Amino acid sequence: MSKTLVEKIWDAHVVKSETGFPDILYIDTHLIHEVTSPQAFDGLRKRGLPVFRPQQTVATADHNVPTIDQLLPIKEELSRYQVDMLTKNCAEFGIELYGLGHPFQGIVHVIGPELGITLPGKTMVCGDSHTSTHGAFGAIAFGIGTSQVEQVFATQCLLQQKPKTMKIEVNGTLGKGVSAKDIILYIISKISAAGGTGYFIEYAGSAIEALSMEARMTICNMSIEMGARGGLIAPDQITFDYIKGREFAPASAEWDKSLAYWKTLYSDADAKFDSVLTFKAEDIAPMITYGTNPGMGMGIRENIPSTSSQPDKEQLSYQKALDYMGFDDDSSLIGKPVDYVFIGSCTNSRIEDLREVAEFVKGKQKAENVTVWIVPGSKQVEQQAKNEGLDQIFEQAGFQLREPGCSACLGMNEDKIPAGKYCVSTSNRNFEGRQGPDARTLLVSPLTAAAAAVTGKITDIREMLTKA
Amino acid sequence: MRKFEKLTSAIVPLNIENIDTDQIIPARFLKATTREGFGENLFRDWRYNGDNTLKADFVLNDPAYGGQILVAGKNFGCGSSREHAAWAIQDAGFDVVISSFFADIFKGNALNNGLLPIQVSEDFLSAIYTAVGKNHKAQLDVDLEKQTVTIVDSGEQVDFEINAYKKSCLINGYDDIDFILNQKHLIAAFEQAK
Repeated sequence: MSKTLVEKIWDAHVVKSETGFPDILYIDTHLIHEVTSPQAFDGLRKRGLPVFRPQQTVATADHNVPTIDQLLPIKEELSRYQVDMLTKNCAEFGIELYGLGHPFQGIVHVIGPELGITLPGKTMVCGDSHTSTHGAFGAIAFGIGTSQVEQVFATQCLLQQKPKTMKIEVNGTLGKGVSAKDIILYIISKISAAGGTGYFIEYAGSAIEALSMEARMTICNMSIEMGARGGLIAPDQITFDYIKGREFAPASAEWDKSLAYWKTLYSDADAKFDSVLTFKAEDIAPMITYGTNPGMGMGIRENIPSTSSQPDKEQLSYQKALDYMGFDDDSSLIGKPVDYVFIGSCTNSRIEDLREVAEFVKGKQKAENVTVWIVPGSKQVEQQAKNEGLDQIFEQAGFQLREPGCSACLGMNEDKIPAGKYCVSTSNRNFEGRQGPDARTLLVSPLTAAAAAVTGKITDIREMLTKA
Repeated sequence: MRKFEKLTSAIVPLNIENIDTDQIIPARFLKATTREGFGENLFRDWRYNGDNTLKADFVLNDPAYGGQILVAGKNFGCGSSREHAAWAIQDAGFDVVISSFFADIFKGNALNNGLLPIQVSEDFLSAIYTAVGKNHKAQLDVDLEKQTVTIVDSGEQVDFEINAYKKSCLINGYDDIDFILNQKHLIAAFEQAK
């Protein structure tokens, strides 16, 4: 019988399927961090259970970690306590921890791929909604709550209903200055922040196939922002080339065996999806969000949709969002001054993002009114940026290259955007207060963020590329 | 896990769409390492001014409303997977959340903690808001066994869906881990066969 990619991977991991009950789904890799694990470890202690498969669990500290003087004791008491708890819990339960000071430390969704832990055909979970990132490799990867973290600790399995499947095809060629982040912001703006709820999304089409692995991770990362459980992309030569030679990737005979399996991981030509959507790459402009959920986005030269154009029942919420952002109906954002630029987060903190930004800003200066933070996704990305001299380019431009972590994506550490200030951000969420109480976030691609950093205002990157 | 069977209660109407878990419990309050006490910071930035005084115009602060049922607009609980959101809602005294649409992870987290998420149609949601508009203390009757919600004042009633397995977990107060631990022999056999 023909199957979608999700069905192939899912069916290979079902321990038990019984009518009237969720499937028992086997989890190959469990990623954990300091925020959503403490109560799960406590739960194990209360039940008197060990971690069932500690070797299949990988831990890092990322959400709370400082991005300056990372090796000094963490100043904020509760953050320090949470990171210390992770260290203690990992030691007690026999889990490998890439904590502060470890060369593999970084954002959980950045280190999995770069270490060769994330592989095609795997099932992967983490107590973090952006676990969907790992789907870029053709894996079933999704975010879970703390009770489920405890469940995976105890059994290496999860009780799960098989999700519905959606295919989103993007065909054609992207315009100059348009990148993967723009593709995903465009899709979310078209189908809304709830448009993918209940589905696992497979991205396909020529525009997706042309993307690098890091760009594919950006797309899958934001699947959750339209409500989807996860997103994935069938593995291909680009995927295999990326994985080969990485720290924990299969090698020699194991590689050949794995590769043979990975090559079977695609949706059969006549597989049935519950929903199929198609978009044209040529229709996508550099995108920007104007509201307080990732679905409130538009092409950078468009005007903010008016409240009266929204469905009656949604006008109240829509107006509340614009009020929060300090924006008016039907206005343009071009030329609007910005206060902060944040380039980082599990969406856009990989070496490719940093290279793209560096190439654009080389020889340029940041505008005086802007503070620019570049926060690499991992120690390895940070090191690579230094090896390639990107740190020099950033320094000369007046950008601060900081140490790795989640940072101002959600401001659990000290990196918060002050109340009322505008932050152009490569992160994934523009929710109220996401980057600090009353902070105002505009989501964009790394290139559009770099343009705002240099001009000090919202700028159409395409104009700057033409001039160069 | 807490058991749930029936509840008759007044409601707190929060007529806003796309309420994300960052609003329900902002990230800066996720640093606790136990499950207790999150209710204090439920909807922190909507409930309090910067100087920690209560915002008078926020519905949770309005003494006219109260009860163990939170009613909100569609796509409730979107965003972060933080289970702390479900803990905060429960800790603040709610046993049921009603919306016209729930984000997946939130819904799962709620069910795993004995907080009942009930999805109703947009029309029934409007009927609830209308009822509470007329009488701030209007009550809803929730019956999990029969899977019905009734507006007590008007008698309007709808059925709601819930997975049969999850329903039995709520009614009996047991959780997924209890269930799955009984099948551990199958898991080991699966690993052997891989």
